[in-house]
Amino acid sequence: MNTGLLRRVGLAVAAPLVSAAIAILISAIVLELSGSDAVETFRTMIENGTKLESMIDMLNRATPLYLSAIAAAIGFRMNLFNIGVEGQYILAAFVAAVVGAELDLWAPLHVAAIMLTAMLVGAAWSGLAGLLKVTRGVNEVISTIMLNFIAVGGLVAGLLPKFIDDPTATNQGTTPIAESGRLPDLNSWVEVFTREITKGRQLTGVFVVAIIVGIIYHVVINRSRLGFDIRASGMNPTAARAGGVPPKRMIMLAMVGGGLVAGLVGMPEILSDTNAYDQGFVQGLGFAGIAVALLGRNTALGMAFAALLFGFLDSSAAVLQVSNLASSEIVVIMQATILLVAVIAYEVVNRIRQRDEVKRAAQLVEASA
Amino acid sequence: MTAAIELIGITKRFPGVIANDDVNLRVEPGEIHAICGENGAGKSTLMKILYGMQPADEGVMKIHGEEVHFSSPTDAIAQGIGMVHQHFMLADQMTVLENVILGSEPSKYGLIDQAEAERHLRAVGEAYGLTVDPNDLVETLEVGEKQRVEIIKVLFRGAKILILDEPTAVLVPQEVEELFRNLRELQADGATIIFIDHKLQEVLEISDRITVIRRGKTVTTVDADAVTAADLAELMVGSELPSPETTDSTVTDEVALEVTGVTVLDEDGRAAVEDVSMKVRRGEVLGVAGIEGNGQAELIEALIGTRDPVRGRVRLMGQDITKSSVRHRREAGIGFVPQDRHAEGLLLDATLWENAALGHQTKPPFSKGFWIDRAGSRERTEEIRREFDVRSPGVDVSARALSGGNQQKLIIGREMTADPIVLIAAHPTRGIDVGAQAEVWNDIREARANGMATLLVSADLDELIGLSDTIVVMFHGKLVATLDPNEVTPRTLGSYMTGAALETSAASEGDVVHGGDA
Repeated sequence: MNTGLLRRVGLAVAAPLVSAAIAILISAIVLELSGSDAVETFRTMIENGTKLESMIDMLNRATPLYLSAIAAAIGFRMNLFNIGVEGQYILAAFVAAVVGAELDLWAPLHVAAIMLTAMLVGAAWSGLAGLLKVTRGVNEVISTIMLNFIAVGGLVAGLLPKFIDDPTATNQGTTPIAESGRLPDLNSWVEVFTREITKGRQLTGVFVVAIIVGIIYHVVINRSRLGFDIRASGMNPTAARAGGVPPKRMIMLAMVGGGLVAGLVGMPEILSDTNAYDQGFVQGLGFAGIAVALLGRNTALGMAFAALLFGFLDSSAAVLQVSNLASSEIVVIMQATILLVAVIAYEVVNRIRQRDEVKRAAQLVEASA
Repeated sequence: MTAAIELIGITKRFPGVIANDDVNLRVEPGEIHAICGENGAGKSTLMKILYGMQPADEGVMKIHGEEVHFSSPTDAIAQGIGMVHQHFMLADQMTVLENVILGSEPSKYGLIDQAEAERHLRAVGEAYGLTVDPNDLVETLEVGEKQRVEIIKVLFRGAKILILDEPTAVLVPQEVEELFRNLRELQADGATIIFIDHKLQEVLEISDRITVIRRGKTVTTVDADAVTAADLAELMVGSELPSPETTDSTVTDEVALEVTGVTVLDEDGRAAVEDVSMKVRRGEVLGVAGIEGNGQAELIEALIGTRDPVRGRVRLMGQDITKSSVRHRREAGIGFVPQDRHAEGLLLDATLWENAALGHQTKPPFSKGFWIDRAGSRERTEEIRREFDVRSPGVDVSARALSGGNQQKLIIGREMTADPIVLIAAHPTRGIDVGAQAEVWNDIREARANGMATLLVSADLDELIGLSDTIVVMFHGKLVATLDPNEVTPRTLGSYMTGAALETSAASEGDVVHGGDA
C-alpha cells in the first residue's frame, strides 16, 4: 500500500518534471543553433527571476493568465471548448473602462462597480455563444471565434474612437478612471516580509482577486452539486443526462460562469496599470489562458503553477531582449515545448495510473474472494 | 459441390460471455442464405469473424474449400467477400462515384483516373442491374439508393460473396421490394449472398436456406420452402422455455406507473413507439419482451424523460410527469438501470462514491443543499458495497477499475438503496457472469416484495419469464400481446416477437389480448 502511494505521488510529480527537462533540452538546442550561449541564457533567466522586482513582475503577469485559464477551464471541465475568453475580456475591459471613467463613487464601491461591469459584459458575451449552442446547436468553437472577431475587431475598434480622451496623444485611449476607481497595490503587504520594492514595481491588487477566484473555482467544482453536475457532464454527458443533469442549463451555466471570470482578465490593466483602455491594451491573454489551463489540467492549483511558470518566462523575455543574450522569442518556443511535452506526459502517466488501478482492484478482489 | 463458405466449430469468447459456441455453417455457391436469430444470439460476432474484423478463438473457416485465416477485412476482400453494413459508411458530401472508389481509386500518373473509375462503376451497375447516377451527391439520395451505393461499393471491389447485415432495418416496404429484386439479379449473376435478419416474412421470401442461431449456437439449417414463420419463430426462441419461479404474487392494486397512448418518434421522425399503454402496479414486475430495435429503447427514454413523447401521458402514482425533467422524475421516485452501463450509467473516470451519487446527487446523504456531502456519500457507498457485494478495494477507486459484474451491482445498488417507487430496468444482467446475474435477480425480487414496481425490458427469456408477473410483447413500436409467464409457450412468444403472429393466424393459441392495458 505504501509503495503504491509512493508510486502514485511519483507519477504525479514525474509528468511536469520530465516535461520541464525536455523543454529545457529542446530550448538549449534551439539556442545553440541560433548562435546563443544556452548556459549563459538560462543562468541570466534564473538570476533575474530570483530578484524581488522580477518576482513582482512575474506575479503581475501570472495574475491575468490565471484568471483567463480559469475562465477557459470552467468550459473545459464539461468538454465545452470555450475559446472566446479573448473577445470577452477585451470587450469587458473596454466597457468597464468607459463606465468607470463616467462614475464618481466612494472608492470601494467604484472599484466594485468597475469589476462588476466587466464581469457582466464578459458573461453577456459568452452567454451569447451559450445561447446559440442551446437554441440553435451552433458549435461553441465556431461561435466564440466569431464573437472574438466581432468584439475585438468590430465593437471595440469601432467604438474606441468615440471615447478618446486626448486625440493628440500618441497612444489614444479612454478617459482615465478617477483615483477612487483604482485598486491600491499590494507593495506594503509584500514589504512586510521582504525589503522595499524598487524600480517603481507595483504588485497589482487584482492578484488577491485571482486567488479568491481560484479558491471559489476549486470549492465549487469539487465540493458543490453544481460542480458535480459540471464534472459529470464532462466525463459522460449521456450518463449525466440520465442522472438528471439538465444538459442545456449546464451549457448556459458553464458559458456564463466562464464569461464572468473572463471579464476580470483585463482588470490589472484597468484597475492598477493604465486605468484606461488604450491602443496598447494587452491582447492575447485569452489564448495564453487556454495554454495555461491545458498545462494546469484545469485544476485550481495546477493552473496556478502553470500561470506562474508562464509569468516567469514572459518576464524573462524582456530581460533577454535587453541583455542581448538571445532573442526573446526563445521564451515562446519554451512555452510551446513545455505545453506539448506536458500534454503527452500527462497522457502517458494517466494510462499507467489507470492500468495500476485496474490491477490493484483485481488483486484485492482476488484476495478477498 | 464445394461450399462457397464453410464454417466448422467456430467459437468466440469475450470476458464472461461466449458469443459463438461451436458454430457450423455451410453456404452453397449462388444461394441466398439467411442467418436468423434474436439480437445477442451471436449473429454479428459471426459476421465479424467472417469479414476478418475479429479472429475466432477456435474453428476452421473455408472459402471455396480452402482454409483461410483473416487478420483484417482486407484479407476478406481479397478472397471476394464484401460486407454491407447496417449503418451506411458513406461520406455525404461526396458523389456516388467518389464514395465507391474511396480507398481503391484507379490511378493514372499518380492522379485519380476519373474516366476509368466511371467506366468501371457503370460496368458494375449494368452487370448487376443496379442503377445510380455516379455524379449525384450522396446526401441527396434516398435511403434505398444509399444502400444500393453500398452494395455497388462492395461489388466494385470484386466481391462474389456478399454479407448484408440487417439490410431491411432502415428501409420502407417499397424499398425492401426493390432490394430483393436487386438481390435476385445478383444471385442470377452468380453472387452468393448471406442475409442477416430477424424479420421472418422477409427471410422466408428472399432466402433459399436459413440457418437459425440461438445463444451463440447454430440450431439448425432449413430450406425456406419447408418451414412456416411460426416454425422459425419457435426455432429462434427455443423449444423449452424456463418455468417461472414459484413465488407468491406480490402484485397490489395500486398503480405506480401508468402509460396511456404514448407515441415517440425516433431521430428520423418515424414512430418508434406507437400508442403504447400499460400499467405497472406496486409489487409487480412487468416484463417487456421483443427483439431489440422494436421501440423498447425509445419507450424507456420517454419514461425517464430524455425524449419527449409526441402524444400520450405518463403518470407516476397518479401524478402526470409527461413533461417533467429527468431530475424531477428521479426525485419523484423513478430508478433507472440503463442497458449500456458504460454509455449511460457510469462516470468511468470518477470514484465509486461519485458514481453512487450520480442520479441522486440532489438528495441526502449525497448532498446537503448546494454542497456535495462527501462523508455521507462515502458512507452510503460503503453500504451499497456491502449489501450488494460490490467487490472493490474501496470507494475511492475509479469505476473503470471494476469488473463488469461489479459495475452493474454498483448501479443496481445505487438505484435500489434510493428506494424507488418504479424501477425501469433495461437488460439489467447483460454481459455479467452467472453469479452476479443471480444476485441482481434476487435484488429485484426483494424490492418487488417491498412494493417496488418494475418495468423490465430484456432480451433474456430466462430473466423475463423468471421475474415477470406479466409479460407484454413489443413489435414495431406497438404492444402486440399480453401474456402470462406461467402459461406462455415458445410458439406464441416467438410468433409475437418476430411478427409472425401478425401474418399468420396459426399462432392464435394461448391467452392473448391485443394491445390492451397490461
